[in-house]
Amino acid sequence: MCEYYCAFANSGKSSMVKALKDHKIAPRIRIEERNNISFAVSCRHCTDPLCVKGCISGALTIVDGAVQIDSDKCVGCYTCILSCPYGALSTSNEGAIQKCELCAKNEFGQPMCVQGCPNKAIVYEER
Amino acid sequence: MNYVIIGNGTAAVGTIEGIRAVDPTGPITVISDEIYPVYGRPLISYLLLGKTTEDKMLHYRPADFYEKNGVKTMLGRTVTKIDPAAKSVLLEGGEAVPYDKLCICTGSRPFVPPMEGLDTVPHKTSFMTLDDAKRLDTMLGADNDKRVLIIGAGLIGLKCAEGIYQRVKKLTVIDLAPRILPNVLTEVPAAIIQKHIEGKGVQFILGDSVARFDGTTATLQSGGTIDFDVLVIAVGVRPNTELAADAGCEVNRGILTDNHSATTVPDIYAAGDCTVSHDIAADTDRILAILPNAYMQGETAGRNMAGSNTSFDKAIPMNASGFMGLHMITAGSYDGETYLEQDEDHYKLLVTRDNHLVGFIMIGDVDRAGIYTSLIREQTPLDSIDFSLIREKPQLMAFSRAERAKKLGGAH
Repeated sequence: MCEYYCAFANSGKSSMVKALKDHKIAPRIRIEERNNISFAVSCRHCTDPLCVKGCISGALTIVDGAVQIDSDKCVGCYTCILSCPYGALSTSNEGAIQKCELCAKNEFGQPMCVQGCPNKAIVYEER
Repeated sequence: MNYVIIGNGTAAVGTIEGIRAVDPTGPITVISDEIYPVYGRPLISYLLLGKTTEDKMLHYRPADFYEKNGVKTMLGRTVTKIDPAAKSVLLEGGEAVPYDKLCICTGSRPFVPPMEGLDTVPHKTSFMTLDDAKRLDTMLGADNDKRVLIIGAGLIGLKCAEGIYQRVKKLTVIDLAPRILPNVLTEVPAAIIQKHIEGKGVQFILGDSVARFDGTTATLQSGGTIDFDVLVIAVGVRPNTELAADAGCEVNRGILTDNHSATTVPDIYAAGDCTVSHDIAADTDRILAILPNAYMQGETAGRNMAGSNTSFDKAIPMNASGFMGLHMITAGSYDGETYLEQDEDHYKLLVTRDNHLVGFIMIGDVDRAGIYTSLIREQTPLDSIDFSLIREKPQLMAFSRAERAKKLGGAH
């Protein structure tokens, strides 16, 4: 569900149906699954982020503790994909990379994956 | 503490941010012969391609970066000498700038081998700086009517080719090596990328070189000739080590530093393309002229200049690059046991040695490549993870439950 909520939250569409129906979704959080184990992976918003340090265009920055991407500055070189130990940044159809920005830039303002997880397995807290 | 940085590229930014992480107030002076605020050098090909603009490039850091960090910039100024006894830096014109701690971030310069008749070529440029990109842009003009010859099929030459291929009449890339990207790729993946680039209309001449130039004609060692309008020299780069050597720093191909980014002269540090790094993947000393490495070395230098005790000992060669839509990510060393997956539009090579992943090449699908990079950087013993899973694709599932909990639940 977190993948669907993520895709919807960042789609700019007014409803989940409009955002997801007949679309191949490209969420910024992803589930790894095998046998009876599954877990969600999204940006850890590292305090010492390799993606930000290695970004050749300065498109990745830390804003209020969260790692954000300026899609307009990003040239799509993928040095961040090379650098991230969690595999948390991904390519997008627009050329720039995409990543979890904690829903800070969309209309929801709070991570929708957290709200959408029926098992309360994703939490949003300071560590 | 009074800090001086020579150079204004990524290593200098790392140094500034490293200093400020420890010392919020000590004055910092940046001296550079370039007139621009810092920009990401690898962006120059994207500028020609139209994927970025000069304005965006010059905002690698925000407009108030220097002011906010209390940095005085002396741009368009050339350093002529470092005087370690007087602890000052001398500028052209005679001015002296005193320092308590100095960082040399002088980068590298294009290597132009002696070539007969090069001085007869009317339109030629290297491809390293923003000014080079602007020069090339002017030479190409707007009419898509130029024949361009690029010498060098390394990263710089090929990124240049990508930057201009849509606005030239003919584009030829020549290299002495028998394959493209000889320092980054092995034969098979090099051939995959070569074929892709050729499909976009670029012609390669490999295993050959220019014997002499005569105006706009290049005569090859093999005897053939190429007529061109614009020549780009992208043979390679050489570190700018003269100031450091003259100051008494130990230098071989680049400036020698320890894992604190300190040179062999007290209070002088060095970072970026002008230095020699220790490549932990191949366990050898070499120049790693790559942007993330420059930042990390600079940051380490900055922190230590400001009095902390920070080591950087995870340098490896690594590159992420795309050529006309085909992406490639590489890291580490290719010397070891290999695991290969290959089909039409995707290639993946993993190289292991002594229970460690030491290198990889991914072309096409580069999803989550950083998980592989991390195994190399952290020198993770492969028997501590599920290697069959990680071989299949980069995934955190391959780590133990405890390790996953640390990665996904802990603070980073």
